[in-house]
Amino acid sequence: MSQDIQDTQGMNYLVSLPRRVVIVYIPLLVFLFVLLFPFYWMGITAFKPNTELLSRTGNPFWVIAPTLAHFEHLLFKTSYPNWMWNTVLISVVATFFSLFASVLAAYAIERLRFNGSRQVGLCIFLAYLVPPSILFIPLAFIVFQLGLFDTRWALMLTYPTFLIPFCTWLLMGYFRSIPYELEECALIDGASRLQILTKIVLPLAVPGLISAGIFAFTLSWNEFIYALTFISSSENKTVPVGVITELVEGDVYHWGALMAGALLGSVPVAVMYSFFVEYYVAGMTGAVKE
Amino acid sequence: MNRLLENRNFLGLAFMLPAAVLLLLFLTYPLGLGTWLGFTDTKVGRAGAWVGLDNYEYLFGDAVARLSLFNTLFYTVVASVIKFALGLWLAILLNQNIAFKSAVRAVVLLPFIVPTALSAIAFWWIYDAQFSIISWVLVKLGWIDTYIDFLGEPWLARLSTIAANIWRGVPFVAICLLAGLQTIPPSLYEAASIDGARPSQQFWYVTLPLLTPIIAVVMTFSVLFTFTDFQLIYVLTRGGPLNSTHLMATLSFQRAISGGALGEGAALATAMIPFLLAAILFSYFGLQRRAWQQGGTDK
Repeated sequence: MSQDIQDTQGMNYLVSLPRRVVIVYIPLLVFLFVLLFPFYWMGITAFKPNTELLSRTGNPFWVIAPTLAHFEHLLFKTSYPNWMWNTVLISVVATFFSLFASVLAAYAIERLRFNGSRQVGLCIFLAYLVPPSILFIPLAFIVFQLGLFDTRWALMLTYPTFLIPFCTWLLMGYFRSIPYELEECALIDGASRLQILTKIVLPLAVPGLISAGIFAFTLSWNEFIYALTFISSSENKTVPVGVITELVEGDVYHWGALMAGALLGSVPVAVMYSFFVEYYVAGMTGAVKE
Repeated sequence: MNRLLENRNFLGLAFMLPAAVLLLLFLTYPLGLGTWLGFTDTKVGRAGAWVGLDNYEYLFGDAVARLSLFNTLFYTVVASVIKFALGLWLAILLNQNIAFKSAVRAVVLLPFIVPTALSAIAFWWIYDAQFSIISWVLVKLGWIDTYIDFLGEPWLARLSTIAANIWRGVPFVAICLLAGLQTIPPSLYEAASIDGARPSQQFWYVTLPLLTPIIAVVMTFSVLFTFTDFQLIYVLTRGGPLNSTHLMATLSFQRAISGGALGEGAALATAMIPFLLAAILFSYFGLQRRAWQQGGTDK
């Protein structure tokens, strides 16, 4: 057995195949089945005609006559396209604003080392631990007083409160890994701090920026409690809140439309995630590991 | 002007400005305002007066509020313990040399990245009293006769919501612990097995001690998310049946936003803070990095 195989397999070659199937593959398949089944179920329900949805005969795991009626209902009879646009707009604005503020803050804390930068860094971490569930009541109060109630601005301005601490914390780690000598060279050559940041540090921190950006985008896409509290009119809602509050009418549940709405609302983040899996995982575990 | 731009304190302040203004206005201020609101009888559209501890006294005597505290603790403890156990197991499985390793790892995280409110809808349908797929399978297998009303009975509803929370939380715990597992050098396992350690001993004496610091951080976050959970309960049960699944977060929403009693809701939300602090301090002091894990000796 060659050296590199031993490196990657460790001592796994000591474990026989049937044993591996029982202790690794079967539990793993069970995990995968349970973790993915709700998505399959969401997808299959979204394409089922109502008669199939509400019949107890036949095999519910498959769809006999797939239909796009639920999607049609969603796109043309409800404000769903509006919610989608709101969600995209709010997520993009909140993400870019947070990245901008976080880059400056992380650079200042990590590299300018002003008096008290350590304490500020700690405060940023503590801010990350403050959950939205204890902030939404006073925030609703503030949003109302600022006259932002029921506007997209309310969400664009409040989402950064949980995005900035996270992004700053993550970027601080990335900036720390960039050699200080590069900055010293630039300083000697007469570059200003802003030039150093834009021409030397940022290009080297692109993976970190992508990680933070992807993570921030999905966090704002998934946000629920602020959007539920600060928005009341249908045309300003985001997808998660719109689907929950507008598609449920009394006791009649339009399961097909609900599932189609959930599916369409999940696809953009899932697609984005699939392109940047490594960055996303690096962002998530990086923030935890520090 | 140029001198000023060279000064790191001035520059630092300037660079911190956007983040600081936003966080002070929308994070620090509301945190203080929330605590203050908890001591007033503010209603929607009416400024409140200072009422001291009245809100807290009222909530203490309120059976629903006490039930929500119990529910929150039960929900957090049960869900966190199971999330930890399953997450560690899944992390160890993913750390094996398996086929399609990176694809499997990417797929595992899906429940975590999809909006919780939307995946909760799928669970709502899975738990439906008349058309639940779980009931259908169990009936076909002949294990039960009538469909289970997952969200209709208090204890069943508690367990069902916990199951949905676990489903969402396990990937996060697993992927973070996996990152920790990958930092453990394989040579330690080789040394242990040469010394005659069985796999279970390798787990207890090599894996677990080296993983403790990251377990502490991951579980702190997990407990924090679970304790303050809102969306899952809001979508699945809205606190029902008979308030049996109301968490403190959902109850404070109901009292403050739906009911208009901002002061009372704020008091309920503020009451969560001591528990959160306790969880953070516990994991910080109880599980933090010990000297021997980095090659030193314990004091």
